[in-house]
Formats: sequence, C-alpha cells, structure tokens
Amino acid sequence: MASTTTSRRTFLSLALGLPAGAALAACGTSGPSGTGGGGGPGANASYWYLTGQPQEGIRVDAVKRFNAANPSSQITATGFQNDAFKTKIKTAIGAGQAPTLIWGWGGGTLRSYAKAGQVDDLTSWFAENPAIKSRLLPTSFDAATVDGKLYAMPCETVQPIVLFYNKKVFDSVGAQPPQSWGELMALVTTFNNKNIAPFSLGGQSRWTNMMWLEFLFDRIGGPEVFHAIFAGEKNSWSNPGAIEALTKLQDLVKANGFIKGFSSITADSNADQALLYTGRAAMMLHGSWSYGIQQTNGGDFVSGGSIGFQSFPPVEGGKGDPSNTVGNPAQYISISAKASADEKKIAKQYLTTGVLADDEVKAWIATGGVPVVQGTDSQLAASKDAKFLQFIYNTASKAKAFGQSWDQALSPTAAEALLDNISKLFQLTLSPQQFADNMNAVIGQ
Amino acid sequence: MSAAETSARRGSLGWLAVPALVFFVGFGVIPLVGVLLLSFTSWDGLGDIHFAGLTSWTAVLADPGLPHALWVTFLVMALSWLAQTPISLLLGVFLAGSQRYRAMLSVLYFVPLVLSSAAIAITYKALLDPNFGLGAGLRISLLSQDWLGEPGLALGVVVFVVSWQFIPFHSLIYQGGVRQIPRSLYEAAELDGAGRVRQFFSITLPQLKYTIITSSTLMVVGSLTFFDLIFVLTAGGPGDATRVLALDMYKRGFQANLMGPASVIAVILVLVGLALALVLRRVGGRDASASQLDGAA
Repeated sequence: MASTTTSRRTFLSLALGLPAGAALAACGTSGPSGTGGGGGPGANASYWYLTGQPQEGIRVDAVKRFNAANPSSQITATGFQNDAFKTKIKTAIGAGQAPTLIWGWGGGTLRSYAKAGQVDDLTSWFAENPAIKSRLLPTSFDAATVDGKLYAMPCETVQPIVLFYNKKVFDSVGAQPPQSWGELMALVTTFNNKNIAPFSLGGQSRWTNMMWLEFLFDRIGGPEVFHAIFAGEKNSWSNPGAIEALTKLQDLVKANGFIKGFSSITADSNADQALLYTGRAAMMLHGSWSYGIQQTNGGDFVSGGSIGFQSFPPVEGGKGDPSNTVGNPAQYISISAKASADEKKIAKQYLTTGVLADDEVKAWIATGGVPVVQGTDSQLAASKDAKFLQFIYNTASKAKAFGQSWDQALSPTAAEALLDNISKLFQLTLSPQQFADNMNAVIGQ
Repeated sequence: MSAAETSARRGSLGWLAVPALVFFVGFGVIPLVGVLLLSFTSWDGLGDIHFAGLTSWTAVLADPGLPHALWVTFLVMALSWLAQTPISLLLGVFLAGSQRYRAMLSVLYFVPLVLSSAAIAITYKALLDPNFGLGAGLRISLLSQDWLGEPGLALGVVVFVVSWQFIPFHSLIYQGGVRQIPRSLYEAAELDGAGRVRQFFSITLPQLKYTIITSSTLMVVGSLTFFDLIFVLTAGGPGDATRVLALDMYKRGFQANLMGPASVIAVILVLVGLALALVLRRVGGRDASASQLDGAA
C-alpha cells in the first residue's frame, strides 16, 4: 500500500524536475542533503519518518521520548512526504547515504534492499531477544522475511483494507450495504439513479485501484491466484479466476460504479475521502487508516456515527474465504548495513525500548489505529472507537489469509508495471486478456 | 557592438567563460557521459552495476511505450508552440508600446513566470477537480468536465497550463525585440500610407524573424524537459495519455528501478533535443545571433 498519511502532495518534482535535469535525474546520484547520512564514530543514529497527521506526531513523539530517556544515544529524525520519501530513501540507500533506521512497508522493496546487502540480517538478534518477537502479531513477520531471514522489525499498525460506507446516504435511499457482488452491482444502479456516485476512488494514485483487484482476485480465485504470481509461476496472470476478476472489475467501471472523474482524483489530497463524508459517494474501498483521516477531516462524520464499515463482500461462486483480507500487515524498520557500529547499537536500542512502547501503543489506539502488538484487546475495547478498532483487530487476527498489498509484495519493477497496467485497465484501454498478457511478461522481474 | 569588435574582445575576455564552462562540464558533460555508460548496464539503483551490453537498448526500442511517449512529447511540443507563439507575439507587440497602462499590465502578465511549476500544477489541479473544482463550485456545467481524467482533455489541459506559464516569458522576449525595431521604419511606412495591420505584417514580423527563432528554440527544446508540471498535474495519466519522454524516463528509473532503460531514454532525449536545436538553427540561417537592424548593426 502506498499511503498511510493524510497528505502527501507531490513536491518531489521541485527537487527533480528542473529543465536541465534530464540528464542529471537519470544519473540518480543526488544523495540526501546533510540531514541523514553515515557520519563518523559517536554520531547520532538517523531516522527518516513520514509526515502527515495524525501519524507524524506519534512518530516524532516516540523519538523524542527515546532521546529524553537515553541522553547518550540520540536519534536525529527527519520528515519527508510519502512519495518523496519513497524515491529519496531508495536513492540514498543506493548512494550509501541511508539513514541508520530504514522505515518502509517490507515485502518486495525490503527484498531488493536485502539482495543488495544494504540492510542488516536481524534473525539472530530476534533469536537473542525472543521477548521482542513474541510481543508482536505473528502475521506481521511474513513481509519482513526474505528467504527465511528477518531483515526488519514490524512496527506501527496493522492496516487491512475495508469497505467504508456513508450510513446517511444509505438511509436516504433506503438501501443496505452489499453482502455479495450481485448486491453491490445492484446498488450501483440504485445510487446512480439517485445521482449519487456508488464508489469514491482516487484513481490517479493507482494503488487505490489495485485494492479492488486484490479483493476480486481473492474472492473469486482464492489467495492461491496471487501466490502463484508472487512465486513467479509462468502465465499465472492468465488464471481463469484472474480473468474473471479483471472482467468483473471492468463491468463495474462500465456500469459507472466509480465517481465521475475518478482517474484524475488523487488519494494524496484526500479528495476521495471527502467524497465519502460529504455524501457525494456512497461507498469507498480504502485502507483502515482512512478512519483516522475521516475523523480528522470529516467533521462529525465519525463522531456522529455516520461512518459504516465492513469487509469486502463475497463473490457468488468464488473460491476465496470471506474472512480473507489484504492490506499492510505492519510497517517495518530495518537497520542500514552501512551504518557504523555505534549507530547500529543505538538503532537496536531503539528497536528494543523505543518502538511501540506503551505510550506509542496508546497514541495509535487514540487515532483509530490497531498497533501490531499482542494483547491490546482491553485497551481497544476501552477506546471511544472501540467498534472500529475491534473490527480491525478481528479482521486482521481472524483472517484465513492476510495478503500483503501487491505493490509492496512485488519487486519495485513488477509493481510499477502492475500499477501502470491497472490504470489502463480502469481506463478500459486494455482488455482483461491484454492486461494478463502484459503482466505475464514481467513475471519474475 | 559590431561583429568585428565582438571577435576582437573574445580573445582577451575568454577567461570569462571559465565559470560557465566548469558548470557545464560538471553538470552537463559528466552526467551525460555517465548516462551514456549507464545505458549499457543493468542497475536497480541499489546494488552493483552490471554491464549488460545492448539489453536495455533493445528492450526500450522494442517497447511500444517509447513511440507513444515520443508522440505525446511531440504533441505537447507542437501544440504548445502553436498556442504560445501567436499569443506571445501579439502580447509582446502590445506591451512594447510606451503607454503607462501597458507597463502596468506587463507587470501583471509577468506573474505566472515567478510561480513555481509545482505550485501552478497544484492550483490548476484543485481548480479543475471534477467534484470540488471551479465548475462544481460555480455550477457551470461547461467547466465541470473531467478535465484531467479524459485522455484528450488532459493533454489539452497540459498544453494550456504550459502555455499559461510560459507566455509571459516569451512575451517579454518579443517586447524586447519589438522595441529594438527602429522607429524610422514605421515613419517611412506611414508616409507610404501603410496602416497598422500592414505595418505589423510588413515591418514588425520580418524584423522579429530572429526573435521568433530564438523564442521557438526555447519553446521546442524546453518542452522536451517538461516534467514537474505534468508529474504533479496528471502523473502521466490517465493511463499513459500525458506520459512524455521525461516522465517515462523518471518512471522507469525511479519507480521501476530500471536505471539502464531509463538512461537509454535520457540519451534519446538528449539526441532529440540536439537534433531539434540544430534544425532550428538551420531554419534561421547560419548566424542567428547576427542583428538585422539597420543603423544599430
């Protein structure tokens, strides 16, 4: 998944898009400017975090608390916007200028770091400190594992993708949330007749579109379909279940299931969220972090109980278990292999005592997030958002299969090809078969 | 300054070019060589660089994405030239007048030029939003199109915004050009009974020949590197409707981690740019920097 932030406008272009930059940009050697970096012995450990409230405040506070408690081992934190961060950290790592603590989404990107020998193998460290590992949700470790070795520590929150809906809009047309794909398609007609968009979608961000395919693939063909793709099996995108999912998706686009102009709406600006809480759209498929954004931006939408949420409905005749979900099993922190021994020591101390300390766990829960820590049930139940938090906790912990978001699970090369083809699929410029052919060509990349 | 004087001074003042030369080598030539070398390698930006021969070149040249990106780049170039040149020319002529209100207006017209491309793109994106933008706010159905979501419209919007941003700059060039035209030519034309329109086509336009070539070169070569504006406005979408060459390069290099193919595109970009600049110089005659002005030459 690409976003956990409330706002991540693309100022990246400021750094890269200079007229003379054509040649320079491709060169890709422009490292970070002074903020991060290796540094000499005795240097502070460095850490880059994502900006955007409410998450930003929690990340900053965690570092502040650690620094206050450990006067001799300090962490210097620098904030970046989401898209800028993704490019910048990749470039910095390639240039040997990575921060000590490398934050990310695990999966394919982490694999590319590990393959290049840029992040430390933490398997033995976890073995020496079993308490750290046993405290976290077991499902969160899959995306931190590369070829049987652990390269990152799960942190922050578990974020399955949820079908949000606006109860007021449903009441106004006297409809019920969909319990099957057939009902969902029927609702599309109902809402379009009332001039309400059935689904909000920030289609320019592309990973937003991908969430639809993740669920349709699972519900129709079961998690095995994407497992085969992930494992690099030949022609696995041409699986009949995959083709059916792609066809159903295009049926939904053709039936005007998504709001007019969805392909120019970005998730960065939270315009897709605004469409839901202003009642212009009835439903939205989005990551669970959306709850916090709607709480912050949506006036009394959340506090007034107008927000509805449920799992993606089953598809008639499909193989996937309705309890299956997809999303971000956690976020991840790795330690740069290029950091000095002192920096690594501070980093490990932070992983041990700083990450998901009790105060941080409380802060996540207060913003509608479920931390990847075991045994938080009572805290979740006591929260003002108990209903949502328990729903997320149950969705994550009771899922028969918790698939990682495709763009994070796959290698960056395959992920970019995927997102590119998905946007064309939603534009209806590619048929399901052409989509499958294009994607089969990049399997294993 | 006469041509003879210029060349006489060139020798003694050659060292003045040294700072520019250092920058050009450091930020132009060296990266260019680097990109050329990278285009023959495979590199994900993280690990080791491996020599890969012509793999990246064959991959990019066989990819249907390349002719498409070239076509989109050409469209943006041609359409933005067609939109900008007449408007800048007319504005430039208008602003060249010495009336005070025209000086006031020229300050206003200059505003888009001092805004950053990212800020312009974000502003237009907000204004053109189909649900929360200008059209929806004012309830004008003509304005509430899916501006950035329909392939044809999105390309049109890109051309419009590019033109909006750069017309002031080119107007400024034309304004300077028009002011260089000796008054005596117009006085003679008036005596011969030529009207305003006739004067424009028979004196202003021919006298601006080299200004037009200079401005066109800047527009055409500059449009090859439009990146920031399009990146923020449409990110190359919808689909790949506005994916110009520079954006294609960025996506391959920094999003798909394929530095080899991205470098191939960079090399192609440089070659296309050089070719265009050469062609434009040919069109303008061998010495485009020579003055055509009588008396002042």
